[in-house]
Amino acid sequence: MTSPLAKLLEAALFASARPVTADELTALDDSATSDEVAAAITELREHYDGDGHGVELLEVAGGWQILTRPEYTEAIERAQLAARPHRLSAAALETLAIIAYRQPLGRAEIEEIRGVAVGGVLKSLHDRGLIEVTGRAEGLGRPLLYGTTALFLEQFALRHLEELPRADELAIALRTVAPAGSVT
Amino acid sequence: MVAEKMTFVAPPDGSVAHGTFVVELTHFSGPLDLLLSLIRDEQIDIRDIPIARIAEQFLARISTLELDEAAEYLEMAARLLRIKAQMLLPRNENDEAWEDPRAELVRRLLEYQQMREIVDVLDIRAEARRNRFARAFLPEQPAPPAAPLALSLGELLNAVDRIIRAVRTPSMHDVIPRALDVDGAMNTVRGMMAAHANARWTDLLAPSSEPWEVLSLLLALLELARRGEIRLAQPRPFANVEIARDVAASEAA
Repeated sequence: MTSPLAKLLEAALFASARPVTADELTALDDSATSDEVAAAITELREHYDGDGHGVELLEVAGGWQILTRPEYTEAIERAQLAARPHRLSAAALETLAIIAYRQPLGRAEIEEIRGVAVGGVLKSLHDRGLIEVTGRAEGLGRPLLYGTTALFLEQFALRHLEELPRADELAIALRTVAPAGSVT
Repeated sequence: MVAEKMTFVAPPDGSVAHGTFVVELTHFSGPLDLLLSLIRDEQIDIRDIPIARIAEQFLARISTLELDEAAEYLEMAARLLRIKAQMLLPRNENDEAWEDPRAELVRRLLEYQQMREIVDVLDIRAEARRNRFARAFLPEQPAPPAAPLALSLGELLNAVDRIIRAVRTPSMHDVIPRALDVDGAMNTVRGMMAAHANARWTDLLAPSSEPWEVLSLLLALLELARRGEIRLAQPRPFANVEIARDVAASEAA
């Protein structure tokens, strides 16, 4: 890795606790164009992948982040240098999945799909910073509408929401449900 | 068949003895989950559910539930029974207007099943991210456990003895000397008065005086005035204090 720009990006990515967007990386050097930054990111990523490094450069939540490679997770956790976050419960994942696809939507719609009350789950997801209130619906009682946050993308290693499989790519395409009985 | 593509959390064994089911229910995230599990175990087409059989099994599964936690399951049970009843109503096979009473349930099941697919995707991604640490991770430091003590009673008593010896005798009350030097200031004023008949406050006080010096002088002047050795006068508020020898007193002395 010889390019000074790649080194600058590496330093910035190392210093940041959050994924750094391409725009933020471009702003580091006045003379750098976005194409040069993109090339430097590629250079840095290939450097990590090709030259044998314990970390890798991943694109998450609309930005770039240096992360440790999974093969070292266990040793790091055993040495208590870092701890993996707790896994989300099935109920939390279901609620999150519905919000991710249908956002913005209210509690009643989530409960309609899941068939159970979700008040407690919504609160814990909100406390963990994975969802946020994005507004209020027009309907009766003007219920709160929920949406996912940037932290959601980060914790699910998603570049953006569009990276989730589209509804029609799933084994069961929801929007084209045929009435029962018409399927042979 | 659609149902076979599903992967979701379900008890390893579908046949559950009565009495253990309340625990089993924690495997399910709701009545739709339980229903899907039954449908998968029976290997039936989700779009053509034998509603009587499924309703029966569903009821058997939830029969031991506490009422409080079962409300959502009971609602589903009621729904299943209603559909079952509607299915039993006689109908004309060629009736175009007939609507399958299971349609709404099938729609919800499919919707739920699709959501479970997304859950699987999210779960895999979350797991991949969980296994990577970002920079700037701040671990919560748990308090280190105390080392186990391996002491004899004699060692313990010796240690207590050492500590008690090292402790100074406790003092119940310390008299702190006043930080003011009124006597010194009185001597200074007397010295000044011996040389001059009149003096001013500012003559007696250096510009850079400490607060304790100012206070000492003030108390000394008041004390001397009380004893009648000097007279104090201040023409107006905040003006310089004028100090004069008390002629009567010095003559008497």
